[in-house]
Amino acid sequence: MRVDQPRYKTSDEVDFVIVGSGAAGGILAKELSTNGFRVVVLEQGPYLTEADFSHNEIEILALDKLTNHPKLQPTTVRKTPDEKAKHQRALVYGRCVGGTSVHFTANFWRFHEIDFVERSKVGPVPGAGLMDWPITYADLEPYYTKVEWEIGVSGQAGASPFDPPRSKPYPMPPLAVKSSGVIFERAARKLGWHPYPAPMAILSQARPGRSACVNCGFCLGFGCEVGAKSSSLATAIRMAEKTGRCEIRPNSYVHRIETDANGRATGAVYFDEKRNVHLQKAKAVVVCANGAETPRLLLLSANKQFPNGLANSSGIVGKYLMFNSGGVVTGQFEHPLNDYKGYAVSRVLHDFYELDPQKVGFCGGGGLDARFDFTPITFAFGGLPPGTPRSGKDFKAALAQDFNRTMEIFCHGTSLPVENNSFSLDPDLKDAWGLPALRLTYKDHPDDLKLGNWMFARAHELFEAAGAQKKWGFPAQEQQFGVHLLGTCRMGNDPKTSVINADHRTHDVMNLFLCDGSSLVTSGRGQPTMTIEALAFRAADRITALAKRGEISA
Amino acid sequence: MVCISQMSLTENLLHPRVGKSEITRQNTMSELNRRNFLLRAGTGFSAAWVTANWPALLFAATHAHNAAKAATPPKFAFFTPEEGAEVEAITARIIPTDDTPGAREAGVVYFIDHGLVTFGVDDQKTYREGLPELRARVSEMFSGASKFSGLTAEQQDAVLHSFDENAPAGRRAFRARPGAQNFFETIRLHTIQGFLIDPEFGGNRDGVGWKLIGREREHRFQSPFGYYDKDYPGWQSAAKEADKT
Repeated sequence: MRVDQPRYKTSDEVDFVIVGSGAAGGILAKELSTNGFRVVVLEQGPYLTEADFSHNEIEILALDKLTNHPKLQPTTVRKTPDEKAKHQRALVYGRCVGGTSVHFTANFWRFHEIDFVERSKVGPVPGAGLMDWPITYADLEPYYTKVEWEIGVSGQAGASPFDPPRSKPYPMPPLAVKSSGVIFERAARKLGWHPYPAPMAILSQARPGRSACVNCGFCLGFGCEVGAKSSSLATAIRMAEKTGRCEIRPNSYVHRIETDANGRATGAVYFDEKRNVHLQKAKAVVVCANGAETPRLLLLSANKQFPNGLANSSGIVGKYLMFNSGGVVTGQFEHPLNDYKGYAVSRVLHDFYELDPQKVGFCGGGGLDARFDFTPITFAFGGLPPGTPRSGKDFKAALAQDFNRTMEIFCHGTSLPVENNSFSLDPDLKDAWGLPALRLTYKDHPDDLKLGNWMFARAHELFEAAGAQKKWGFPAQEQQFGVHLLGTCRMGNDPKTSVINADHRTHDVMNLFLCDGSSLVTSGRGQPTMTIEALAFRAADRITALAKRGEISA
Repeated sequence: MVCISQMSLTENLLHPRVGKSEITRQNTMSELNRRNFLLRAGTGFSAAWVTANWPALLFAATHAHNAAKAATPPKFAFFTPEEGAEVEAITARIIPTDDTPGAREAGVVYFIDHGLVTFGVDDQKTYREGLPELRARVSEMFSGASKFSGLTAEQQDAVLHSFDENAPAGRRAFRARPGAQNFFETIRLHTIQGFLIDPEFGGNRDGVGWKLIGREREHRFQSPFGYYDKDYPGWQSAAKEADKT
């Protein structure tokens, strides 16, 4: 497929250069090239395909074959802006064509109406910069449907009474339920809650060139060997390539966006595999590099005209970072669940999506899911009950007895936007290319921790109702590490409190667009990728309309 | 964060050794070539054919591959034979042999040895420094003895616990050097990796680790998976039943 791609010269001024090929970048590449534009996608990671994926836990998980490498791209971490940040891993994201969508869990919840208007509904929350979105659920609904049908999401429409309205059912039925899902479903019903089949971006029915899920059991963290996981790699990127107008250029690490004297973006500057520097010229730049790398790139692009970083007249690029809050409870049952078979999550419930702050004493809400996402090795380190001997015959016996009888309930919830929570440039530490490293500053809003612990108690109740033989867990704690990277270049109508407008155009640079987790104004209840992809489809429509009206290059 | 607690777990626990994985790569080469072959073979047919047959192809190829590599003669690349015997004895206390195979039968020491010259080169120092410390500790605790592998099981456990920072209070904590990886933690990590990794990737010989934990060695599975989903009546029926009660 790659051989059919056009090869643009860096001196060719293409219509769009897209930075990043993940959940958002892949879809924008597909949509913009389908709409007739010439597109170059610059991806910092390699172009791996199904043939490169395996179940090798060392290579994939420990050596970061698919993800950002802490030695090449080290990070620093601190809780508050007055601390000196320590060298520590702050985040994991996909670093290959397809980005994080290659290895994600594939939980594909839509956001609900409340997520777009929570500030109006609950009023100001002390210590948080909560804001309404400039768009509503109704604006995004057609695009959620588009994601489900074009990318491939399995699920059961109408199964959750809390679901927001939808214009079309899912394109295919839910995946086969797992024992963890049945246990969860029965116990939740006993409690009067409303469990339902998890909407997953994994195929339950084959599509051309893609197999239905074969339940291999190496899902979260791994690339799918049969194309069943609806990553950008398996879907949008291939459709973009088929247009003949889109070049995917891997191993291209963008570190600056160039601007001209008129303050317009002229292209993206990147290192190739041999660390030679190139400028890919383009009429417009679309950055989809994720909620950490997108603000970093804007900050790295500071120049005389934009001394605080590109598109940062508000001073909030990198700020209002949200990770999503949560906790995990693990339970053991009498009979084998064999939950290592299959994908991770088969049942979800959203009874607590919209909690009343007056009643619970905090702002936010969440969902619970039933899952088993351990591999054999990670189970030995994280799946055994506290107090299990760490070596010897009792350790061995625990491995033998527990691996097949264990499941988890994950609590997912809101993170409130807090101005100090941010990704910024570390003043001292550099990456392997000599560029300033990412510095994380993060301290959960007190409401996020309260919510996490409240959800944690519900998960315990559920295991109690399910008759678990043992249950234990880890309540919500202050986070120092993230995989959901949200809100750092948020969307809004006011250039003082947001970075992009509702068209994903930066307020400051008319031909610079941002679309990824950084665009989110609120964090939803824990599963952002579906919304990132819906935003990408919508952004492509908006950008196309602007371009066709001549409003980008003017 | 919640989404990948295992990733952060992996991050904290599987991560200390980072280096280029040359041999892991070589190991997987046969694997990759196999898949490339399958993929290329597939391109001559319709996409639908590949889709329909892909899982079966993977399934068949995996078995062929496993059968072919069973006869690899064990030989150390990093350890001396004496060091190998000591390391093997340690792994055998972490996952002992009882009525089922343990680390010894899984060939864990060969996985570690191989790892130390490939993806785990950064850990060489921990072994280079840890093994003499171990020898010293053995002599210190049991006069006249010098080899860990020569001690009784109880004596071996006593020595290992003296290295285990996370062992119950009262035991002496031990670090090889300031800043160095804890020897016991490192060897425990490697033993578990070598015991439970997919047998295609150089450990878990004959799949004994997966047999122990009850993981079937297949590339695909079909529902029902376990005890609790085998009589599940389907979503609609389950929902109706729940409405009745």
